[in-house]
Amino acid sequence: MQLTGAEIFLESLKREGVDTLFALPGGVVLKIFDVLHQQKDIRVILTRHEQGAGHMAEGYAKATGKAGVALITSGPGMTNVITALADAYMDSVPVVCFAGQVPTPLIGNDAFQEADNVGLSRPCTKYNFLVKDVNDLAQTIKEAFYIATTGRPGPVLVDIPKDVSLDKGEFHYPKSVSIRGYNPTYDGSKWKIKQAADAIMKSKRPILYIGGGVQFSGASAEVRELAEMTHIPVDMTLMALGAFPGDHPLSLGMLGMHGTYAANMAMHYSDLVIAVGARFDDRVTGKVSEFCPTAKVIHIDIDPTSIRKNVHVDIPIVGDCKRVLIELNNILRATVNGNKKEQRKPWWDQLSAWQQEHPLAYTQEPEAQIKPQYLIDRLYELTADRDPILSTDVGQHQMWAAQYFKLKNPKTFLTSGGLGTMGFGFPAAMGAQAAFPNRLVLCIAGDGSIQMNTQELATAVIEKLPVKVFIINNRFHGMVRQWQDLFYEGRYASSYLGHVPDFVKLAEAYGAAGVRIDKVGEVDAGIQEALSIDRTVFIDVPVYQYENCYPMIPAGGSNHEMLLEDPSDLKKPKSTHKTAVQSDSDTVLTA
Amino acid sequence: MEHIISLTLENKFGSLSRVAGLFSGRGFNIESLSVAPTLDPSVSMMTIVTNGDDRIIEQIMKQLNKVIDVIKVVDISENEFVERETALIKVHTRAEDRAEALRIADIFRANVLDSSPTSYTIEVTGDVRKVQAIIHLLQPLGIKELVRTGRIAIGREPTRPVQAQLRPLAKAN
Ligand SMILES: Cc1ncc(C[n+]2csc(CCOP(=O)(O)OP(=O)(O)O)c2C)c(N)n1
Ligand SMILES: [Mg+2]
Repeated sequence: MQLTGAEIFLESLKREGVDTLFALPGGVVLKIFDVLHQQKDIRVILTRHEQGAGHMAEGYAKATGKAGVALITSGPGMTNVITALADAYMDSVPVVCFAGQVPTPLIGNDAFQEADNVGLSRPCTKYNFLVKDVNDLAQTIKEAFYIATTGRPGPVLVDIPKDVSLDKGEFHYPKSVSIRGYNPTYDGSKWKIKQAADAIMKSKRPILYIGGGVQFSGASAEVRELAEMTHIPVDMTLMALGAFPGDHPLSLGMLGMHGTYAANMAMHYSDLVIAVGARFDDRVTGKVSEFCPTAKVIHIDIDPTSIRKNVHVDIPIVGDCKRVLIELNNILRATVNGNKKEQRKPWWDQLSAWQQEHPLAYTQEPEAQIKPQYLIDRLYELTADRDPILSTDVGQHQMWAAQYFKLKNPKTFLTSGGLGTMGFGFPAAMGAQAAFPNRLVLCIAGDGSIQMNTQELATAVIEKLPVKVFIINNRFHGMVRQWQDLFYEGRYASSYLGHVPDFVKLAEAYGAAGVRIDKVGEVDAGIQEALSIDRTVFIDVPVYQYENCYPMIPAGGSNHEMLLEDPSDLKKPKSTHKTAVQSDSDTVLTA
Repeated sequence: MEHIISLTLENKFGSLSRVAGLFSGRGFNIESLSVAPTLDPSVSMMTIVTNGDDRIIEQIMKQLNKVIDVIKVVDISENEFVERETALIKVHTRAEDRAEALRIADIFRANVLDSSPTSYTIEVTGDVRKVQAIIHLLQPLGIKELVRTGRIAIGREPTRPVQAQLRPLAKAN
């Protein structure tokens, strides 16, 4: 069958089961948009910025486990989407991004809106392609989806010159792919898995340290079985939240820079760290030379480069988390007889002591300003029975969300971990909502971060994506301010935002709903009101501005040396009784 | 420590930059790099000379393996190998130095490819020590230009069993 490149594009996407495309047109991709316009199988969501399209594709992918797909134009379209590709690369998100390119005869001529898409995206994609011949298009698309979604997932860029979308070629969609330089290892070495099982049986103070790999591999049930069978406590990275229930008695919560006291102490004093789909990021290890000083390390990961990159590993197991854990559990099931719970009692006594010594804590006085933690805590409680999907931006609010919002199911927590991209939260929530129109999708945003992508309000309204965006409004780049409090003697260089827009009016200007919650007593009612609105809602929550996020391991510090509260010599205004809605009533210290 | 890594990679647009970009992006060293197609025109062979401690070399090997266009990675220097490099050296020669230049070339079994009243262009092939040595000796005469291919290496076949060794050996260099 002879089809144009644009038609081949459409047919190929259908074969891949793509139902949603996050897109923004331009000159060189008009033929593709024209074809998309005349069909009904794939929903095209027109975004207001290509960064938004990229993050929506990520949100879609993180929530579904399928590849998220974006389509953008050449030149500025491409440069705009780079942040999202880099974000997806760091967090192993399967995204396939199609970019328009100037016609092949013009490539390299500095043609209008030309950019070296392949060169620009090379360091921030898992792989990329320039399609030079329409007859290669179907094969390339097949390979792009295959690479994005297999092994350690990641973003793939396909660059399509304008003439390739216009040319006619034979359409034949390949059934399978084989790429000689790409053969991910799925099954772990049996011998190593046996060693791991032995180590687990011998260990007195084991800890499971799970990461984002558990989400993508779909290994939640296996992790749970392992933990319950062997009575091992579970530490989660930011990326793993939800992959193990946050309210499970074996959960110690998140570890790392803003992890719980118990989670970090458990790592430090453990004799066996079982890392599953995690990569020993510096936000987790702290000072590497003092990381887990007494522990043997088992590391299960599909990406061999993650193993021994940052820390020494005693039992490396390259493979898919789920398959390896199935194997491991089979061995353990046959060997764990008797009561592991009893054997682990001394370790659990210690863990419980740590949990009780320094639980996550904040104080909320009823008449004072709202504390960010209180708002998040209430939001968690009030939505707990609805299995919400939660996205966040980047900053203090993100860490509080990670600490207080105890997600129970995999693929429900969407956050930018590796790259730490402000502006991720809102479009990511929209992408998830597009995938699951009937689920409750929440976003906890920062007043700084949200301003990086508010233009997508237009998209959310038009596309009827009823996400609920709670803006933790502290009129600060709060996380920056916190570091300035702790390490720069309170000099708030460029962290005070000054005037923030009236987020309620902003939402309304776009045709979305706006709600403001500014009294402690109104928090529950305000949340309920927002949840009852069947449209996109921005909820502006002016909060106490100087709250800092603890525990905190200062960068380069060791895991057992956590700051648990503000140092006593830190000068800052106390929470007041006034409700500071607008910046003119802020008390800003100028030290 | 120095390592010589041999890569088999797809001979296509962009493969080289993926490998080079990996080294620059992750801060690994490249001392030399050479690349050319093999008997199979869809495949290139690349030799990279790099250095680092064991941990870094392990990462380099793994990261190279992860590059989708890379088909095979071997650390040639882990086993017995032979290596060669060719250098073209244009030496400035004053009248009184011309004989000395030729003598040096002769000692190193180097060829003179081109000659002008004030210069010789000398081609030398050998392992890295040999190439360094001739450069060192020619330097006092004045080297006008120097081009090196970068090192290439190939693993030695396993030593032959005793019996086979009894047969007269072909005259090796
Ligand atoms: C795109 C981008 N630019 C800059 C930063 C550095 N940064 C990290 S957190 C932060 C402040 C975030 O402020 P806000 O969204 O208001 O969150 P808060 O910490 O106040 O909760 C900044 C500027 C970043 N992570 N991403
Ligand atoms: Mg803020």
